[in-house]
Amino acid sequence: MRYEEMGLTEGDFYSRNFQKGAREDTLILNLGPQHPATHGVLRVIVELDGEYVIRAEPVIGYLHRMHEKMAEVRSIYQYLPNMGRVDYGHALGWNWALVGAVEKLAGFEVPERAQYIRVITTELNRITSHLLWWGAFTLDLGAITPIMYAFDDRERMLDILQMATGSRLTHSSFRVGGVCADINDTFIEACKEFIPHMRGRLPMYRDLVTGNIILRKRLEGVGVFDADLCRRYGGSGPVVRGSGIAYDARKAEATPMYDRFDWKVAVQTGGDSMARYLVRMDEMEQSLNIIEQALASLPEGKVMMPKAPKVTWQVPKGEAYFATEGARGKVGIHLVSDGGKNPYKIKLRSPCFSNLSLFAEAARGTLLADALAILGSLDLVIPEIDR
Amino acid sequence: MSALKKIFQPVTDLWSLVVGLQITGRNFAQRQVTVHYPRQEVPPEVNASYRGPIQLVANPRNAAKPKCTACNICVPACPSACITVVKAPPPPITPEQEKAFQEAEARGEEVERPAAPREPIIWINDFSLCSLCGVCVEACPTHCIEFSHDLYSVGTSRKDFKHDLLAPFPEALRPADYKPEEK
Repeated sequence: MRYEEMGLTEGDFYSRNFQKGAREDTLILNLGPQHPATHGVLRVIVELDGEYVIRAEPVIGYLHRMHEKMAEVRSIYQYLPNMGRVDYGHALGWNWALVGAVEKLAGFEVPERAQYIRVITTELNRITSHLLWWGAFTLDLGAITPIMYAFDDRERMLDILQMATGSRLTHSSFRVGGVCADINDTFIEACKEFIPHMRGRLPMYRDLVTGNIILRKRLEGVGVFDADLCRRYGGSGPVVRGSGIAYDARKAEATPMYDRFDWKVAVQTGGDSMARYLVRMDEMEQSLNIIEQALASLPEGKVMMPKAPKVTWQVPKGEAYFATEGARGKVGIHLVSDGGKNPYKIKLRSPCFSNLSLFAEAARGTLLADALAILGSLDLVIPEIDR
Repeated sequence: MSALKKIFQPVTDLWSLVVGLQITGRNFAQRQVTVHYPRQEVPPEVNASYRGPIQLVANPRNAAKPKCTACNICVPACPSACITVVKAPPPPITPEQEKAFQEAEARGEEVERPAAPREPIIWINDFSLCSLCGVCVEACPTHCIEFSHDLYSVGTSRKDFKHDLLAPFPEALRPADYKPEEK
């Protein structure tokens, strides 16, 4: 039957097919796709009873850019810059996942210095990603100024990251078999200067925002995820670590080099939005520890393996899976190659996609304003969900 | 909750706001961090590591010509297909020269016809497609492509983003119908 015959003349496919509940007195509200609290083009259709959410259904696909399909029509070398575009926040995590998968399949030995540079830049990128989230999240909750403080530090870090990667947002400096450029003394000096500066800023963040009673009232006890819920939906990253699951792909999947540094997986047991917030704040501190140790023990040597692959290099036949911890969770690449010019298939395992799935269940029964706080606490990056 | 805590809780809550305001006040008195772009610019040393739109390296023997040999390896390497390179054609042969060549060939001598110069006559980078990935820079066998440090590459029309990379080289070969753009 056509929609017009059913008396439906308004809305699009999703709003027409959003089943009305059993009750008559509810309101169906469309959040997004252009909504400031959804950080991109996420659309959520919610059924409201007054201010309370009865049902929330995320609609995704507004930013689908066919990254997986593009992998089938490009050589692996040409596909590398795509990784920076999948997740603009933590581009280097994705970079590492892809080159890691290729290196695993081809059995390449990456020089130690290159691995250290990867660790340093990835961790710097993790902090910039968390700062971006921190500013945007507080902006969602109505605090306008914290993002200014966050971007002050973030810009300093981007200056440092630019020295190593050449770009400020969509970093793409990892290559199969190493990194594209060596780091210089200016970079190391800037890093060593920045670490104490950032350590001094974190208590300021705590005083300014974390301890603020308004924020605490907005976050404490809101959107409690229990560990079971997280496991059922395959959540990862700070979202599950806020629920007491000490799962970090850097440790669990044994990402190279991370076992050499002394760092802890940040875990909170609260399970609420505040716990997820605190996990990220702790992670920034841990990342600083890792960078400091990596800089102290940075080995000398080459940053590219000898006879590193060139543009037309073909991935050997076989398949490999490599996962690492992005800022939002477990980033995985499943690479299948038939030995041809281009990879046969690359599957991107995006942490945000799984984390968003938690939202529909967690938002049920909460206030609409709290639902937005939950959405913000998931740290969603929409391009990563749609890929 | 004990009665005492009930009394003091609002006080500590209120104090957390005062602590935040102290930080705001401190920062209010400090120097501004923001760079007001059109009026101010970031210090040039920040741009030095920035990988901006690509440019051609000058020929070490003649700085007025590009180093590029028009081998066209960068063209298929580019994932976004944004590079157009056209190699210079062989120089035109006059009828007299052609006659001389044919006569020489008839005598059984080996004739060396003039070869095409190994230089580009068109080198366009479509910056509206370019994602600054640097695959061309790494693919180039003669290392003749490099990143510029131009942070402020903006334009108001699509034509502005068709970067003619031969423009900085006055002695670069050009197509016969080429007219230099007036600015």
